[in-house]
Amino acid sequence: MLDRVRSAAHRVADAATERVASGRRSATPSDPLLPDLVAALAADRVHIDGAERSLLSHDASIIDGGGAGPVCYPVSTDEVVAIMEIASQHNRAVVPRGAGTGLSGGAIPVGAPIVVALTKMNRILSVDVDNRVAWVEPGVINLDLSKELQPLGYHFAPDPSSQQVCTIGGNVANNSGGPHCLAYGVTNAHIRALEVVLPSGQRAVLGGLDAEPSGLDLRGVFVGSEGTLGVTTRIAVTITKNPPDVRTLLLSFADVRHAAQTVSDVVADGIVPAAMEVMDQRITQAVENFVGAGYPTDAAAVLLAEVDGLSGGIDIDADRIAEIGRANHATAVKAAQTEEERALLWKGRKTAFGAIAQLAPDYYLHDTVVPRAKLAEVLDQVYDIADRHDLTVMNVFHAGDGNLHPLLLFDAREPGILDRIHAAGAEIITASLDAGGVLSGEHGIGIEKQQFMDLLYTDVDLDHQNRLRQAFDPECRANPGKVLPSGHSCADIQQLKRIPAGVWG
Amino acid sequence: MTSTGASLAISDPTLEAFAREVGPAAAPTSDRAGDSDPVTVVGAKTAWDRGPQLTGIPREVRAPAGIVAYAPEEMTVTVRAGTPVSELANALADTGQRCALPDRGGTVGGAIAVGENDLLMLGKGRLRDSVLQVRYVSADGQLVTGGGPTVKNVTGFDLPRLLTGSLGTLGFLAEVILRTNPSPARSVWYHSDQVDPFALHDSLLKPGAILWDGSETWVLLEGHGVDVEAEADVLRSSGPFAEIDGPPTLPPHRWSLAPAELRSLPFDDYVASVGVGTVFAGEPQPPRPIDPVVAEVTARLKSQFDPNGRLNPGRSG
Repeated sequence: MLDRVRSAAHRVADAATERVASGRRSATPSDPLLPDLVAALAADRVHIDGAERSLLSHDASIIDGGGAGPVCYPVSTDEVVAIMEIASQHNRAVVPRGAGTGLSGGAIPVGAPIVVALTKMNRILSVDVDNRVAWVEPGVINLDLSKELQPLGYHFAPDPSSQQVCTIGGNVANNSGGPHCLAYGVTNAHIRALEVVLPSGQRAVLGGLDAEPSGLDLRGVFVGSEGTLGVTTRIAVTITKNPPDVRTLLLSFADVRHAAQTVSDVVADGIVPAAMEVMDQRITQAVENFVGAGYPTDAAAVLLAEVDGLSGGIDIDADRIAEIGRANHATAVKAAQTEEERALLWKGRKTAFGAIAQLAPDYYLHDTVVPRAKLAEVLDQVYDIADRHDLTVMNVFHAGDGNLHPLLLFDAREPGILDRIHAAGAEIITASLDAGGVLSGEHGIGIEKQQFMDLLYTDVDLDHQNRLRQAFDPECRANPGKVLPSGHSCADIQQLKRIPAGVWG
Repeated sequence: MTSTGASLAISDPTLEAFAREVGPAAAPTSDRAGDSDPVTVVGAKTAWDRGPQLTGIPREVRAPAGIVAYAPEEMTVTVRAGTPVSELANALADTGQRCALPDRGGTVGGAIAVGENDLLMLGKGRLRDSVLQVRYVSADGQLVTGGGPTVKNVTGFDLPRLLTGSLGTLGFLAEVILRTNPSPARSVWYHSDQVDPFALHDSLLKPGAILWDGSETWVLLEGHGVDVEAEADVLRSSGPFAEIDGPPTLPPHRWSLAPAELRSLPFDDYVASVGVGTVFAGEPQPPRPIDPVVAEVTARLKSQFDPNGRLNPGRSG
C-alpha cells in the first residue's frame, strides 16, 4: 500500500524533475506554439514568466512536482477556441484552471501543458428569475454570485469552504460540495447547461434550460470530469430561493462517537437538515482560538446542525434534533439566537483550515465518504491509524453526508514525515472503502487518488470510464495524466511525452 | 470476467447470468450467424414510444428483478432493474420514504433508461440526481459498475449520469443504487381557477407541484402539517382555493420546455408543470434540433460503448 501512495505522490515529481534538469538554463522559452498563442490572444495575456509558472504548478494541496507551460488568460469563448485549435495543431495538452483551490491535484499541470487560466472570464452574464437560472463565466467567484443574487432573494446553493475565492468553473470541474449540499445537493444538481470547448476546438452547449433536454446527459458527465473532457466557457446555474427562516444548533458531546451517532440517528429519523457538520476537540479548540466563535473548547466534539425553511416546520425539526442529541448524551445544546451568532458559528466552521496554521506549518486534508451509520466506527479507526503513525489528526467533516475530512498535521522539514503521512492516508482510504465507502466525496481524484481507483473499480469498470473520456477527447489532450490510473488513461502517457525538450524548465 | 478484488465488484450470480444472456452468443446459431446478435431489453413497455425507435427485430432480454438491500437510515436502496417501480415505491412507503422515479406501471430500469422525472419533481427531486450507482451489462456481455453506494461521491467519471436517459443504447441496466428521501408528513392538493400560477411559484417556498392548464391551477403542498397550513394561507391570499383529491388527467404527449416558455404556449389542450417546464399536451413535441457537435460526441460514445451496434439498434437516432 505504501508503494502505491509513493507512486501517486511522487510519480509526477519524478517526471518533472527530469525535465527541469534538462531545461533549467533556458531563460527565454522558444516554444514554437508561443507566437501562435500571442497572435491569438495578445502578448500581455500569454505569460511565460518562470515565477508565475511555478506558482501555477500547484493547487491548494501538498502535491508537488507539476510544471506549467505557457499560461494563457483568455477573455472569451472565441479565445478559448483559438487556444484549443493551436494546442491541436501543435499536438499539445491543455489544463484548465480556476482559483487553484483544488485539493487533489486536478489543476496541477503535468508535462508543461498550456495552462488555460479562466480567471479573467469572470462576468455574471444574466440572471433570469423566471427560469431560475443565471448564466456565468467560469471565473466567477462562487460567493460573488450569491452576493449578486441576494437582493433578488436567491443564491447559488453549493458552498465549499473555499467559496470566497473558488470559481464556479472549478466547482463544475470538481462537482464541488459544501456544508449545505446535504439538503440541496452538490454542484451537478445545480447546473442546467454548459457551453464547452472540446479539445478539438469545437464548441457546443450541453444540456439546456428546458425540463428534460433530449439525448444523452452530456452536461451531467462533463460536470465533475476534472477538466479532462474540455474547457467550460459559460455555465447556466440554477438559482435557489433563499429560505425564509433558519435554526442553527450547536450540540456538544463528551465523545466524538456520540456526535456521529446523533448524525446517523437524525437521518434515520427522516430529517434532512440543510447541514450537519462535526468538529472534534482539537479542531474546535483551534477554531475558537482563531475566531472566537463561541465554540466550547472542553467538548470532545461539536455538531453544528442547521435546518432552514418555514418557521413552523424548522422549529419541529430543530426540537427533534436537540432531543436526538440529548438521547445520545449531548452535554449541551445551544441555539444561535441572532443572525450574528449564526454567522460567527459558520465563520468558525469555514475557516477551520486557516485555523490549522497556528498548530503546524503543513497539513494533509483527506476526503472519503462512508455510510452514515459507519461514521463512528471509521472515526475510531482514523484516530487509531494516526496514533500508530505517531501523527496528529483532526476531524472536521460533512457528517450528514458521511463525508469524512481527516486532517493530518505535520512539518515538512521533519525527515521521513511524508512517508508516514502517505502511509496513514492510505490506511484511512482502505478503512473507508472497507466500511462500504468511496474514494472522494468532493475533492475529486486528480493526481492524488488515481492509483487507488482499482481498489474501488475493476479493470472493466475503469475501461468504461476511459471510453467516456475518449469520446470527448480522443487524443487525450485535455488535462492528461489525471483521474484514471496510468494503465487505463488512453493515450495520456504518450501525450505527456510530447513536450519540446528543454523548453519549459 | 476479471476479478480484481475491487470493492464494488460484488459477485452476484443473478447479475452474472443476466450478463451472459445479454452478451453476444458464444457460438452463433445459424439464424444469428453473420450478424452482430442485436439485442433489446424489455421492461413493461410503458414508455416504449420514447425516443428513436428500434430497427429490425432484436432478441429480447429482461433484467432481473427484486429489491436487494434497503437501508432507510442511509436513505439508499439497491434494486434490480426489472423490479416494478410500484413494488419499490411500496417498500419505501413502508418506512416513510420515497424516491424520484415516476410510477407509471413500469420498471426501475425502464424509468432510468428513459430518464423522465416524476410529476412531483419539485418535491421529489430530479431522477438523474438520484441514481448513485449503476451496474450494467456492456455490449460484450461484461458486468460494469459505475458510481458508488454513498449519497455523495465524486470518484471518477460519472457513468450513472451517462446511462440515465440513454435508452439502453450504451449498456443494459442490471441493478442500481438510488437515493431515497423521507415522505412528507402531510400532502394536500389544492385547486383554483382564478390565480396566476407563475406568481404562486414565486411566492411559495417549495411546492411539490404546480400544474396549470391555461385557466385552472392545481397545487400540491407538502411537508410538516404546520408548513402546509402556512403555505395554504399564501395560496388563499392569492385567490379562492379548494382542497381536492389529486392532479388532473394528463394529456398523452410530453413536451420539454424552459419554465418561462409556459407563459405563452402555442396550443390549448395541455397541463403544464409550472417551475419545471414539462408540458403534457394533446400533440407530440416536434423533434428538437440537435447541435452537430453534440451529435458527434453522442455517436462517438455509442461506438465506444457498443462498437458493433448490438444494443437497442436504432434507438441512438
